[in-house]
Amino acid sequence: MEIAVKEQILAVVTVYPEKVQGNFGVFITKNDQESQQLALLLSRILKAMVHNLENGVYIIVKH
Amino acid sequence: MDKYSQIILLGIAAGIVARVFMLRNDYRSYPSYPHGYVTHISLGIIAAALGSIAIPALLEKEFTAVTFLVLAAQQFRDIRNMERETLSKLENYNMVPRGFDYIEGIAKTFEARNYLVMLVSLVSSGTAVFFNIWIGIFAGLFTIFISGFLMRGDFVKDIAIVKIGELHFERSLLMVDNIVIMNVGLEDSKKRILKEGLGLIIHPKNDNARATLNNLGQRQAILHDVSVLVGSKLETGEPDWTPLMRKDIDTGKLALYILPNEKDVECVIQAVYQTPILESAVQKPLESKIGRKAAD
Repeated sequence: MEIAVKEQILAVVTVYPEKVQGNFGVFITKNDQESQQLALLLSRILKAMVHNLENGVYIIVKH
Repeated sequence: MDKYSQIILLGIAAGIVARVFMLRNDYRSYPSYPHGYVTHISLGIIAAALGSIAIPALLEKEFTAVTFLVLAAQQFRDIRNMERETLSKLENYNMVPRGFDYIEGIAKTFEARNYLVMLVSLVSSGTAVFFNIWIGIFAGLFTIFISGFLMRGDFVKDIAIVKIGELHFERSLLMVDNIVIMNVGLEDSKKRILKEGLGLIIHPKNDNARATLNNLGQRQAILHDVSVLVGSKLETGEPDWTPLMRKDIDTGKLALYILPNEKDVECVIQAVYQTPILESAVQKPLESKIGRKAAD
């Protein structure tokens, strides 16, 4: 049986770490392009979805 | 030959014909494997035998024979459990799951089909006893036809109109016309969705249809059938391509998003139309006074 954490933020990818607070795995990047690339890799590794919060912060969530 | 032998054989034959007739191998691909056929035809034969001996047994004042029908009913209820269990177990490895409502519907159908087989056998052997064998054959065929007609059930085409919708993004929100589907973060995914994805709008014909399509099980059944019929590019670990349905809360119309293998709008629309309406999803608010009053 597969057990996974669902409907929770698994990781955060952002250029602006100051916008994120709390106990998350935050990946800090240099620019949006790097964020996109990192978010893509994380989503494939975690089998989860990338959501854009439209303020430079991307979250990875498994649904 | 014993006076009832022919009649019982006729009843059994009519029952088997009915079961084979009902065992259509359709796109739901269930049961699509030889062993599934064997199981269901064997049980069909048992049902047919039970149905066809009932009336001759009564005429011979063998009342205990009739109690076997009760045992049979118990036996056939197990079929429902069997189907439910099998399909539920397979569900975990389905790319786009059927959903429990659909599974329950399939299981219920398989159970009911055995009762229909019993009915066909009962009618054909009964009429053969009281009239003659030819009328028995005719009555059996007629019952098969009637049961097929009555058990047909509705399809989405009976309760809704499907039109193509415009798939577009409002910043990171994927939308079909004015209905939000989901938030997509990756730019590459967005480009691909716009290029290869399809958006449909399902307009319910009335408030009954609106309530029925509101059921999540019904929506999942539509998504499953569309994915089976036209294929979906969904891959494990790539949830951006998950086919989804969302409702416009003001009008009750539904938006469907899918990334099909072939971007053929007409085929996708037909696939939606052909999805059966699940018994468990059907709601009829318009049948009530309050529902009718609220609808206008």
